Amino acid sequence: MKVLKIFTILFLVASFSELKSAEANDVLKSKILKNIRCLICQGQSVYDSESEFASSIKLIVDRKINEGLKEKQIYQFLREKYGDWVIFDPLLNKNTYVLWLLPLLLFLFGGAMIFKKLNNKK
Amino acid sequence: MKNKFSLFVVVIFLSFCFVIFYKGLNIPNNYTPKVNEKKNIPTFKAKDFDSNNYVNSDKIFEENTFYVVNIWASWCVPCRTEHPLLMQLSENQLIKLIGLNYRDNFNNAKKFIDDFGNPYSRILIDKDGTLGVEFGAYGVPETFLIDKNKKIIKKFVGAINQEIVNEIKLIIK
Repeated sequence: MKVLKIFTILFLVASFSELKSAEANDVLKSKILKNIRCLICQGQSVYDSESEFASSIKLIVDRKINEGLKEKQIYQFLREKYGDWVIFDPLLNKNTYVLWLLPLLLFLFGGAMIFKKLNNKK
Repeated sequence: MKNKFSLFVVVIFLSFCFVIFYKGLNIPNNYTPKVNEKKNIPTFKAKDFDSNNYVNSDKIFEENTFYVVNIWASWCVPCRTEHPLLMQLSENQLIKLIGLNYRDNFNNAKKFIDDFGNPYSRILIDKDGTLGVEFGAYGVPETFLIDKNKKIIKKFVGAINQEIVNEIKLIIK
């Protein structure tokens, strides 16, 4: 009877952890799909799109997650196939330096102006 | 002096914005992935249309020749337009045509081939479109030219035309 109880507990723990991991995979899948641009309906993410391309990508992402690929590896796979544009979050590279650094430069410039004004008032 | 400088900065900024937006108006906002980048052919396993057996990609592209991979479907209207050109291309001994039957019904695809002829040395079934993704395709029809080093050297989005056929013939010469 004791053995049966132990087996039941082990079975429940195993089922629960499997359920947890499936849930985690679903969360990861949604996160990735929301960050992939649909190339057919280009304003939409693959997550929102019902196009054939989007449904193929959904299957591919699902397969890659089950194969154990990490989020970055899946993005890399898609970048190799379709280019950087397929991912909504732009990478930091020579084509996107202005995009990433301009807000920072404007912030610093604005801060310096305010600082100078305040100093002048004193 | 200070006012003049501020005015100058504002004018420069507005001119910059004007140039950016004006240029932006002339750029099409539909993105097309690059077509001339050399890429390795993907490694995959696919179902053969005739035998219904799974076949590995290294077996499909094992010959030392040029290959054309054409993604097609019986429901795709532009595929009908380009089919006579594929038939013409298949007569060339320097090239082998591989067909990727994309998200299609088997019987319809079979009827399409029976009615219009079979230009392909092998047809693969891509039931869910994932094989097309491996090639970097996002629609149908799309055509890929693969060289003897097993690299995708050209990609043609949409139906091929006589100009493209001539271009392929020129490359494989």
